[in-house]
Amino acid sequence: MKKNEKIIELIGLTRQFDDGVVAVDNIDLYVRKGEFITFLGPSGCGKTTTLRMIAGFDKPTSGKILLNGEEIGDLPPNKRPINTVFQRYALFPHLNVYDNIAFGLKLKRIKVTYADKDGKEVQRVEKLKKYEIAQKVEKALKIVDLEGFEKRSVSTLSGGQQQRVAIARAIVNEPEILLLDEPLGALDLKMRKDMQLELKEMHKKLGITFIYVTHDQEEALTMSDTIVVMKDGVIQQIGTPTDIYNEPKNSFVADFIGESNIFSGTMVGDKKVRFIGNVFDCVDDFAKNEKVDVVVRPEDVFLMDEDKGQVKGKIISSIFKGVHYEMVMQVGKSEVVIQDTIERQVGEKVSIFIKPSDIHIMAKEFSSNKYDGYITKKNTVCFGDGEFECDVTQLYPNSHLDEEGYLITAEGESIDLTDVDVNVEVGLKDIEISDDHELGGAIGSIVSMIYKGDHYQLIVRTEENEEDYVLDTEYTWNENDIVSVIIPKEKIKLSLKQEVKR
Amino acid sequence: MKDSQITAPETAGTKKPKRFKFSFSRKQLCIPYALFLIMFVVFPLFLIVYYAFTDKTGAFTFSNFASFFTDTTKISTLLISVLVSIVVTLICLLIAYPVAYILSRMKRRIAFVLLLLFIMPMWINFVLRAMAMKELLSLIGIPLGSGANIIGLVYDYLPFMILPLYSTLIKMDRSLEEAAADLGAGKIKVFKEVTLPLSMHGIISGATMVFLPVMSCYVITDTFSGSTGFTVIGKLIAWCFLGENGTMTNINGGATISLIMLVILFVTMLATGGFNDENNARGTNL
Repeated sequence: MKKNEKIIELIGLTRQFDDGVVAVDNIDLYVRKGEFITFLGPSGCGKTTTLRMIAGFDKPTSGKILLNGEEIGDLPPNKRPINTVFQRYALFPHLNVYDNIAFGLKLKRIKVTYADKDGKEVQRVEKLKKYEIAQKVEKALKIVDLEGFEKRSVSTLSGGQQQRVAIARAIVNEPEILLLDEPLGALDLKMRKDMQLELKEMHKKLGITFIYVTHDQEEALTMSDTIVVMKDGVIQQIGTPTDIYNEPKNSFVADFIGESNIFSGTMVGDKKVRFIGNVFDCVDDFAKNEKVDVVVRPEDVFLMDEDKGQVKGKIISSIFKGVHYEMVMQVGKSEVVIQDTIERQVGEKVSIFIKPSDIHIMAKEFSSNKYDGYITKKNTVCFGDGEFECDVTQLYPNSHLDEEGYLITAEGESIDLTDVDVNVEVGLKDIEISDDHELGGAIGSIVSMIYKGDHYQLIVRTEENEEDYVLDTEYTWNENDIVSVIIPKEKIKLSLKQEVKR
Repeated sequence: MKDSQITAPETAGTKKPKRFKFSFSRKQLCIPYALFLIMFVVFPLFLIVYYAFTDKTGAFTFSNFASFFTDTTKISTLLISVLVSIVVTLICLLIAYPVAYILSRMKRRIAFVLLLLFIMPMWINFVLRAMAMKELLSLIGIPLGSGANIIGLVYDYLPFMILPLYSTLIKMDRSLEEAAADLGAGKIKVFKEVTLPLSMHGIISGATMVFLPVMSCYVITDTFSGSTGFTVIGKLIAWCFLGENGTMTNINGGATISLIMLVILFVTMLATGGFNDENNARGTNL
C-alpha cells in the first residue's frame, strides 16, 4: 500500500442549505490511504455535513468529491465503497445483532467466474453464501469483542455494546473508507477512553482509512494521524496532532485545542513581542508594530518567586486538578493561567517566566478594535483608558432611555446599566484623532504610522495601561504626537458580556 | 423514634390531620371509574351474555347459538362482513400508506395542512357524510350494493388508517434508512428491509382501527345498500332489535350475534398483539 496515495479528495466542496446557511464553504482537502483523519470543530462548524457528503447522504451544492481519482459526488450512498458508524448508532431495532451485522453482506453481490462445460469462462453475479456471511459476521464480532451476542436483540444491549455492533456492521463490509460521526459521544468518560484506544487499535489492524468527526479535542489528539480543524464551514488548520497543538495557526485553533492563554500583543522589535505589560523575546518574526495574538500554554508558564521572573503578579485562584494545580495569576488587567505541580497560595505575590520558544505568535486578522469596557453612571462607556459617549439602547432591541437615565426595554422593564461589563468594538475607519485634547475621550501618543497604499494606519497608544487604538486615516501625522481619540457615538458597537440582572 | 417517623404513613396522617383530610390514596381515586365501568361495561356485558343464553321466557338454552350456526344466510352474512372488512382494510392501507409516507417526508407545515385536509371529513357528521357520498355515487352512476358499500366504508375510515401510519413514519429515525442505504441497499430495498418493517406498528394499529369498526358498522351499510338486500352483521343485529318496523322482535337472537362478534373481535385483537403493545396501544396515535 502506497502511503501517499490519495484515497479521497475534496475540491472546492460547498454545501448551502435551503435556508441559505452555508454549512461547508469551499473546502479543499485530501485524505491519504490508510490514514486516520479527524474533522474537529465546535458544533455547527460543518464537520458532520462534510462527512455526510462523503457518505452520500447530502449532495454538494458545488465542488467535487473524488474517490481514487473518480468523481462520486452524484453517486447514491449504496453505490459508494464507504460505510458509516452513526452518531446514535442507527442499529435496526427489528433485527438481532447477527442480522444487523449481516445486513450489508446479504445485499452484497460479487462476480464469480466459472468454467462451463466447454471450458469457457463464464461470469455470474452471485450473492454471498450463507456460510460465508456467517464466517464474516463471526470475524467482525470477534474484532469488536462481542462473541456470543449473535441472537441478542439490539435493544437489550448497553450503549457501549450497541456502539460495537454499529462498528462491526460497518467494518464487516470491508469498506475502503470508514466514516465515524461522533461515535463515542453517547458513552461515559471511562468507556470513551477505552473505546478510543480500541478504535485506534482497530484502525491499525484493518488498515482502512478512517474519517472521524468529533468536537472533543482530546479525542482528536489521541487517535488521529491528521487533524482538520474547522470553524464556520472553513478549514482553519490541517496538521498532525503535534503540529496543531504546538503550532496553532490562529487563535481559534489555539483556543480550541488544549488550554491556552491568548493575549493580544504588539511586535516591538526584531523577535520581540509586548504583552501583559512586558517585552518578551520570541522566535517568530513579524513586522514591527504589528498587532498579534500571543498564545502560551498553561504548562509552559514557569512560576517563580517574586523577583526572579519576567512579569510580576498575584495568584488569584488555585484549583487542584489531580496531577497539577491550575492557578490564575493576575497581571494588571490580564489573567494568566498556569499549571504547576507546586501550589502557590491565593494572594501570594509571584512572577512568571516563559521561554521564547513557548511563545507562539500568530498574525491577528485586524479588522476592528476590540476592548473590554463597562458602562458608567452617565450612560457613557469606559474602555481603552478613556470614556466615550455611547448609545446604550443598542444593547436591547427597541429600548429607550427615560429621563433619569434608566434603560427601558421593549417589554417596559427598567434596567440599571451602571458598571455593566460590555464588549466594545470600533472599526478602524471610525476613529478620528485631533490635536485638541479636550475633544476626545482618550489621549495617547502615535506610536506607529504605516502607509498602506492609499491611507495611513496609525496606532495611538495611551500612557496609563498602554491601550492601543488602531485607525485608518488619509492625513499624515507625526510619530510621538500626543493626540486625543474621537469616536462618534453611533460608531461604538456594544454587546453585553453576560445577562444583566433585572 | 426516628424510624416511626419515616415509616408508617398512617401515623403521620393521624399526627397531622389536616394533610390527611385532603389527600386521597390511589385506591380512593379509582372508585368513580370502577363504578362507571361496572355500570356501563360489565353489567351490560352480563346482560348480553344472559340474553344470549336464554329464550324469550327466560329459561336457559343454547338454541340461540344453534339457530345462528345452522342458518346459512346468517353464516354467509357473517362471512361477507369479514370479507368486506378485510377488503376495506386492505384498500385503506394501500391508499393511506403512500399518503402517510409522502406526508412524513414533506416540510412539517405543508404536511400539517394536507393532513388536516385528510382528517377534516372526520369532523363532519357521520350520517351526513354517508348521505353525501351516496348522492355522489349515484351521480357518477355507481349502483348501490357491495361495491358502493366498500367505497363508502373506505371513504369514511381512511383517516383512521392515515393517522397512525403518519405518526409512526414521522417518528421513525431517518438515520436508520440512511444506515441501510449506507450498507448498500437501493431505494426499494431500504423500503422493504427497513421502512416497512419499522412501520409495522402503524400498519397494525391502523388496520385494527379500520377493521374493528367496519366489522360492526351499521349506518353506512344501511345507507349504501338501499333495497339491494346487501347485508352485513351489523345490520343483522339491528334488525333483531328493531325488526322491520321498529319493534323489539328478537332480543335474544341479537344478543347472541353480538356475543359472537365480541369473541371474533377479541380474537382479532389478540392475534394482532393489540393488548401487549405498550407503546402503540390503540388510539394513542390519535
